[in-house]
Amino acid sequence: MSSPAPRFAPGTRVRVHERFPPGHVRTPWYCRGKIGEVERICGRFRNPEQLAYGNREATQEVLYRVGFASASLWPDYGGSEHDCVEIEIYEHWLEPVSGDTA
Amino acid sequence: MNEPAGGHPHEHGGYDVDPTHHHPPQPDLEDTPLARHQVMQMAVTSLLIEKGIFSGDDMRAQVERMDGLNPGLGARLVARAWTDHGFRQRLLADSKDAAAELGIDTGPIPILVMENTPETHNLVVCTLCSCYPKFLLGVPPDWYKSRNYRSRAVREPRKVLAEFGTELAPDVAIRVHDSTADMRYMILPIRPTGSEGMGEEELAGLVTRDSLVGVAVPRAG
Repeated sequence: MSSPAPRFAPGTRVRVHERFPPGHVRTPWYCRGKIGEVERICGRFRNPEQLAYGNREATQEVLYRVGFASASLWPDYGGSEHDCVEIEIYEHWLEPVSGDTA
Repeated sequence: MNEPAGGHPHEHGGYDVDPTHHHPPQPDLEDTPLARHQVMQMAVTSLLIEKGIFSGDDMRAQVERMDGLNPGLGARLVARAWTDHGFRQRLLADSKDAAAELGIDTGPIPILVMENTPETHNLVVCTLCSCYPKFLLGVPPDWYKSRNYRSRAVREPRKVLAEFGTELAPDVAIRVHDSTADMRYMILPIRPTGSEGMGEEELAGLVTRDSLVGVAVPRAG
């Protein structure tokens, strides 16, 4: 079975879902609901949200590195406007930014 | 003379203390109650050995191998990158293949090498737990796993760096890599001034663990 192509290309602006499911989740709270930009596609990896519970059949998900301006993550950020944080986020946690042309 | 349980009288040579004083007993490893996961780990280990999945010696050898990994491996890659431009490009593009040229195994998890420049300083953290490029740096230091470092490296990296004694110029941007999932990170620091005449081995000696995580920068002399 061939996997669908990654949904977001490098350079695309994406928003992290603002949801708070229980369980083993690898999306840090501090970036949920925030807008960043895809830095690169890391490849496909087994979904840790399933793997953590012993599911050896865990589905393969596309993993991205998404860059965020530090000042957009922390309203009171005191550092340079050029500072950034890059985070590994799975595709099912990302959505297009409304208003952007996909 | 009364001997309290666990204590021991002894002499301090050369300075004036009561020769019969006692230190409080220091607990042995076994004196701390076992946590649930420690008990589970012991149970699973003995089952795996009992069922012949691996032997006790296999496990010991693997622990010894993992404990033997150390930042010297990452330092060798950096020293080669500083002296060989082609290698530097290959290391940044694909650390696994580049490290293999030096006979170094980067392990099963991809390691991305991030290059410091005069404009950008890179810093690595795992805010969720303690993901760390063990195959190139060995086991992480305790501070890397602390909540203090994990929470503040993304929020106020410049202050955290200053606490490590690393003062960056105000116009240098900080790029923090949060190692949240299936990648690991190692920093390629800037080759320090004063290291111009040095050979690869001497250069590797300048590259410390902390500079490979990004909380410090290498210095020559």
